[in-house]
Amino acid sequence: MDTARGVLSRRGGLLFLAPALLFIAIFILFPFVWVFFLSFTNQTLTGATAVNWQFVGLANYRDLLNVSKWMHSGEFGNALVITLKYVVGSALIGQVGLGLLIAALFNRRKGILREIVFTIVILAWIIPDVVIAFAWVAYLDRDFGTLNSLLHVFTPAQIDWLLEHPLESIIVFNTWRGTAFSMLLFSSALATIPPSYLETAEVAGASAWQKFRDILLPLISSHILTDMIMITLWTFNTFTPFLLTGGGPAFKTELMSIYTYRIAFKYFEFGRGGAIAVVVMLINLTLALGYLAILRRQAVRS
Amino acid sequence: MKTVRLVLTRTLFYVVVALVGTFFVLPLLWLLVAPFDVKANLAVALPTHPTLANFRAVLNNAFAMRALTRNTIIQAGGTMLGTTFIATLAAYALSRTAVPAKDLLVYMLMLFSSVVTGTAAMVPIFLLIYHLGLIDTQLAVILTLTGGLLPSGIFMMRDFVEAIPRSYEESALVAGANSFQVFRDVVLPLVRPGMMVVAIWAFVNAWGTFLIPFILLRSPENMPASVAIYSFYTEAGTPIITLVSAYALLYTIPVVVLYLLVNWRYGFRFFGGIKR
Repeated sequence: MDTARGVLSRRGGLLFLAPALLFIAIFILFPFVWVFFLSFTNQTLTGATAVNWQFVGLANYRDLLNVSKWMHSGEFGNALVITLKYVVGSALIGQVGLGLLIAALFNRRKGILREIVFTIVILAWIIPDVVIAFAWVAYLDRDFGTLNSLLHVFTPAQIDWLLEHPLESIIVFNTWRGTAFSMLLFSSALATIPPSYLETAEVAGASAWQKFRDILLPLISSHILTDMIMITLWTFNTFTPFLLTGGGPAFKTELMSIYTYRIAFKYFEFGRGGAIAVVVMLINLTLALGYLAILRRQAVRS
Repeated sequence: MKTVRLVLTRTLFYVVVALVGTFFVLPLLWLLVAPFDVKANLAVALPTHPTLANFRAVLNNAFAMRALTRNTIIQAGGTMLGTTFIATLAAYALSRTAVPAKDLLVYMLMLFSSVVTGTAAMVPIFLLIYHLGLIDTQLAVILTLTGGLLPSGIFMMRDFVEAIPRSYEESALVAGANSFQVFRDVVLPLVRPGMMVVAIWAFVNAWGTFLIPFILLRSPENMPASVAIYSFYTEAGTPIITLVSAYALLYTIPVVVLYLLVNWRYGFRFFGGIKR
């Protein structure tokens, strides 16, 4: 059955595709190549090296990965470790866990309660970054914040969350911010499971937890994998915590994105910024390719 | 015994739902009360005399209102139009021509676009726009955002295009129409719901974006609301909460309305990577 032919010729197809190809070439492929090139130069925005830049070989990389100092605060290794904790904590544990929980709670359930919870979680996800940032700064404020006023019932301590527990704060923040994606993906995955699968288990007297662990979880494992890779890539690149902490205090929340921003747009060292970007891309690319490989293997098996 | 367990399970369900609901709703409360309180600070307190005075002050701020009602709309609207039309054309071409392994191609493109966004693309995108002489123009923001959203837009659009039966197009071709006429007169009207979804998705994304305009724009008259909100600061550098909160609410309303519209009209179905 060759339905593809006849409706659109190859030349016509290319013409329709041309604008998209042009955009993707300029704004995705070209930056990808250029950043490699940049990372081997000492280019800056202003000063002598803005025009008369030179190739410096691997100097930028050597500087980033300089073992004697790279774990110091404000250096590359520091940002990498913080980013890893942030990704594991907020995306892989926080968003996946909470997303699964909400999706499972409301599996095969309709009604007002589900509508309310889903709407609030989705709102947390779609409201603009800066608005959410202000709301969270207010929420976590030491003197007036909602969180401290609630905790006041249990303890008189006034905690300045963003100063005393900065990384934990942005991890909880990002869990709150991004759970909706995982929740929606898991709940649509769960909805495709035939009810008969669960009925047999119910007859056998399985508890809700057993049904979840032994029936639902294995059936949506590939969705969980898809979800994990998408949110890992996105979380790796989020800049929003900058609006809460600016990367501080003392670089304790300086994620890779904020580090790149500081090097490239505060110091205007594009060569070094490029080298950071290359390392970040290589990490992301490895993740994406590993994921494609797993998907392939699953496709072959089924 | 069985009823005891059932009651326990039900109770546990409501307790967990209440906890989750509280976790998600608490940080949003401030946004609902502070704008209506002339003495608002960072606390959540029901205003003793609810007022619209904060909104009046914001509406009288020409710079902030231009950012919201002109710049943000130009940038989000431009991105929406660009992404929707280019993605529709591309999705149609991919659906109706025989390109080998196109599913994998689109999928890889989408993954790749996730790899080359934010952190990694910040530096080369800035330099690209700089060398094109487009720094501090709204066009730069529109082009950059469109480029970044396109792969996901194409991915979402493909489902809708694939759902159209080819027989309509075939009969139009038999009647002597060319490819362009078929696309305009047969395909476009049929994929309108899909275009609506992609358009709203692109609009909401561009509406809330901060990093790209923050990097690419310089002069106040081009700033969108996401950057302009940082102008409501005292000379000492602390935010003027009354104005910030009122402006934040005004800036949020279109997003919430569009979400409710999509939810009511189409149901908030799940489309590939709907938001980043």
